[in-house]
Amino acid sequence: MKKLSARRRHPLAALVVLLFALAAIGGLYAEFAPAENAQADSSAQSLAIDEGKRLFAVGCSSCHGLNGEGSSTGPSLVGVGSAAVDFQVGTGRMPAQQPGAQIPKKKNIYSQSDIDAMAAFVASLGPGPVTPTKDQYTSTETDAISKGGELFRTNCSQCHNFAGAGGALTQGKFAPSLENVDPKHIYEAMQTGPQNMPSFPDTTMPEKQKQEIVAFVRYQANEAPNPGGLSLGSLGPVTEGLFGWIFGLGVLIAIAIWVAAHTTKAKKS
Amino acid sequence: MSHDMSDDKLPQAHAAGEGHGEAAVADNPFADPGLPPHEPRRTDIDERAAKRAERQVSLLFIVSMLATVGFIASYVSIDADRIVYIFPLGHISALNFALGMTLGVALFCIGAGAVHWARTLMSDVELPAERHAIEADDETRADVIEQFKTGAAESGFGRRKMIRNTLIGSMALVPLSGVMLLRDLGPLPEKKLDVTGWNEATPNAPIRLVNMNTNEPMKAEDIAVGSLTFAKPGPSALRPAGLQESDEDFQEAIAKDALMLIRIQPNDIKDADSAALGFEGVLAYSKICTHVGCPISLYEQQTHHALCPCHQSTFDLSDGARVIFGPAGHPLPQLKIVTDASGYLVAPGGFEHPVGPSFWERSE
Ligand code: FES
Repeated sequence: MKKLSARRRHPLAALVVLLFALAAIGGLYAEFAPAENAQADSSAQSLAIDEGKRLFAVGCSSCHGLNGEGSSTGPSLVGVGSAAVDFQVGTGRMPAQQPGAQIPKKKNIYSQSDIDAMAAFVASLGPGPVTPTKDQYTSTETDAISKGGELFRTNCSQCHNFAGAGGALTQGKFAPSLENVDPKHIYEAMQTGPQNMPSFPDTTMPEKQKQEIVAFVRYQANEAPNPGGLSLGSLGPVTEGLFGWIFGLGVLIAIAIWVAAHTTKAKKS
Repeated sequence: MSHDMSDDKLPQAHAAGEGHGEAAVADNPFADPGLPPHEPRRTDIDERAAKRAERQVSLLFIVSMLATVGFIASYVSIDADRIVYIFPLGHISALNFALGMTLGVALFCIGAGAVHWARTLMSDVELPAERHAIEADDETRADVIEQFKTGAAESGFGRRKMIRNTLIGSMALVPLSGVMLLRDLGPLPEKKLDVTGWNEATPNAPIRLVNMNTNEPMKAEDIAVGSLTFAKPGPSALRPAGLQESDEDFQEAIAKDALMLIRIQPNDIKDADSAALGFEGVLAYSKICTHVGCPISLYEQQTHHALCPCHQSTFDLSDGARVIFGPAGHPLPQLKIVTDASGYLVAPGGFEHPVGPSFWERSE
């Protein structure tokens, strides 16, 4: 301490103090200034967009065009939003293997950060539905499942079947089964209306109702008890009838043959 | 069957003299071979085996009785909401399972006991029964005809014309009572099939379209291209609160009033009349199939096709809901929509065509 105070009149002392002060102010500024964060964020954002554009050029542009403007083989992606990218790529539907009546889901080959980058790029083309956060698609209400069931039967069951088991549409198209679908993807499908599914935007089906539907679909797929026993895929009277006729009648015929084949005669032939 | 039978059985049967059929003539290849010799069963010759079979049969019947008691006991004691896990059925209602099992066992054991009884203990001696013509002999028939004629003459049916005619009259009128009862199928629907809840609307007092999900009226900008929304009628003079699920006749009303709201880019709409009935590409179609009236809303937003799940009628909603496949005979009726002063979608009148299945007096 003594040493330090002895040098306080040193010609460089003022410079040292100035440097310390600048460093302290700069540090404080870096700590508290929100602008600094925003700066970093938007540059991260533009990095993601650049990265997304690069991935997009490799995986998607052959159909959707270099700038997502669309072509004869793929629709324009202007305004589809990040939610559509997250759904299509996240479920492995895109990039599509081949054109057809309907692009089926398959194993997703991208990491979530790659998907986010592509989503950021596509979102930069025009405003559209934004990838939901976890609390957007998770309901905490206790009556969500029953309300969701009602909404599901009004809006979804016509195509996806009363238990979400899926069903056929026209000319090779179909509504897929909802079992084991990620809640985020269910939510995004309602937001964006992938392929031939109509969309259910927040203006006609508020976020809360979508949450309730997600809660119902998850419950139906995972924990819903089946009071009747074997559900046979919840596909309705066709599978049930087939099972009854083939398995039920088959067992009866087998028993009848077994009974007739076993003689009661004392002298076995 | 007959050529499967081993030849050595036939002479044996005759030698033993146990067959009940007629003896075969040696040089007739088509002769009735008669029955094979009767073989006794274990239970016929061994008294202990017979006793055992008897015990088995009554054991089956006793199990059936116990199962019935079990049925009643589970009905009384198991809570209807109880869910249990049973492999390989999964989570299942305990009551359903118990009732099904016990009733199944009770019925099965009666059947199994009866079959076991018949096979082991009841007589199994083969008996041929010959078939004869069922016609009565000539003498009996002549006798009956004679009696009938005498009866007819004695009743004076041919002679007393008044009795005969009134009898015929009364017999002819009796079925009319049955025909009258058919009136209970009525009353006649009158105009009910032609009108829906939307017919309350007039250009001066239009009815708002209310979202089935939110129970709120909608603006045109709420309906996105490619989206699907279901709507019902809002407040009208007759229903000041609009159609509500709590209304006594809700099911009856929604079966005619239900709407499917979609939006198509105006230049994708192929039918100009249909575009004019909509509002900036928002189109309101009846949700009721024109075949036999299933609710139809399997909407494909890219092809604009709506598919009916019942018999696969397919309607092109971008072309005035023209039928492009299936048994439906008419396009889906479209409801004209406009917006009111506050920008909400409203219907200024009813459907132009009756909704739902065709009927005889349907106006074109
Ligand atoms: S009811 Fe729609 S096709 Fe038969």
